[in-house]
Amino acid sequence: MVKKIFFQLIFFNLFFLKEVFAAESGGMPQLNPEFWISQIFWLTLTFGILYIVLSKLILPKISANLELRKSQIQENIEAAEKQRESSEAKLKEYDDIVSKSKLEANNIFKEARENALKEINAKKETLDKQIDEEIKKVEQEINLLRKGASEKINKIAIETTSELLVKLIGTEVNSSSISAIVDDLSKRNGDKYYGN
Amino acid sequence: MAANPMTQFEVYRIGPEIKVGAFDISFTNASLFMVISSLAILIIFNLGSKKNSLLPNKIQLLAELSYTFVSKMISDTAGSKAKPYFSFIFSLFMFVLFCNMFGMIPYTFTVTSHIIVTFVLAAFIFVSVTIIGFIKHGIGYLKLFVPSGVPIVLLPLIVVIEIISYLSRPISLSVRLFANMMAGHTMMKVFGGFVISLGVVGGWLPLSFSVALTGLEILVAFLQAYVFAILTCIYLNDALNLHH
Repeated sequence: MVKKIFFQLIFFNLFFLKEVFAAESGGMPQLNPEFWISQIFWLTLTFGILYIVLSKLILPKISANLELRKSQIQENIEAAEKQRESSEAKLKEYDDIVSKSKLEANNIFKEARENALKEINAKKETLDKQIDEEIKKVEQEINLLRKGASEKINKIAIETTSELLVKLIGTEVNSSSISAIVDDLSKRNGDKYYGN
Repeated sequence: MAANPMTQFEVYRIGPEIKVGAFDISFTNASLFMVISSLAILIIFNLGSKKNSLLPNKIQLLAELSYTFVSKMISDTAGSKAKPYFSFIFSLFMFVLFCNMFGMIPYTFTVTSHIIVTFVLAAFIFVSVTIIGFIKHGIGYLKLFVPSGVPIVLLPLIVVIEIISYLSRPISLSVRLFANMMAGHTMMKVFGGFVISLGVVGGWLPLSFSVALTGLEILVAFLQAYVFAILTCIYLNDALNLHH
């Protein structure tokens, strides 16, 4: 408000100033209308040209430059953002792969252990079976041998008896009668010798 | 230079007298400085917009900072609707600023220290803003003179005051710039005269004043150009966004 009054005072004082300076050199040059038309004309011309050139040629270029820079910076920021995202995704992928491979390794290890155990068990079973079979075979053989043993003994006994008889009495004795006697003896005492 | 501090504002013809009908449109020292200012603006901003590098050089930075400065000033005071008038306000601000600044160089002529120049600019702004207001709001633009929330009893008085304040806009706008420039330059001239008249013995005090005033006047030259442009924005804002 004070400012306004001040400026208005100055404005109205111009008229008094004119009187003051009139004595010296024709007052304020600003109030001399001699070149007013010239000033208006040249102001319009220069300002008009300035406005037209600025608005049509120069300002659009500056504005385009600014926009371009803005968009370039924006693009760069976006690209950086994208790269950051992709690197994050890759990191995640990497983590996934690591955890997956860890899991896989665990699985493989477990499987291998199970397989090995299974194989061991299977081998053990077959071995057991084989051993059992062998034992059975051997037992059978033993049984067979046992069964055959008495007959062989009888035969040997018959032969030896016949030879003994030949040597003792010098005559051959019918082998069938000897065998009958051996059989009889062995039947009687068989249990004693073979422990069956 | 004469001792009279007002002689620096005298307009004189450069070259022949040019007359169109009854009007004298001779090329004067005022015209010369208008041309120089305009050319300086055009050269600086042309250089500043020529090359577009991602990292601007000094002159490009200057042009772009001025652009964003004015653009921000307009959007802050008049909103986004004032965008079509950006070029005009930019030219106006630059023209007034350069005229003021060229006036700060010794022995030059200050275009804006003439009431007729500032008044023509202000009157053009006033008329344009009024036309824009009526185009945008029709007869409703007259609501500008009737502020809302005023008691009916006071309304006639307020309306009269509003109309007077509206009509005094071109005068206050032009006189503000003109008076500031004239007063500053006159004062500097007076102090300069003191330096001469007081001589080697006593001239140091007015000389230091003169130096200080030069700094102040450069500030005023910028500030008045800014005020001129921002008031134009405010008037434009009234015309574009009717708030009352």
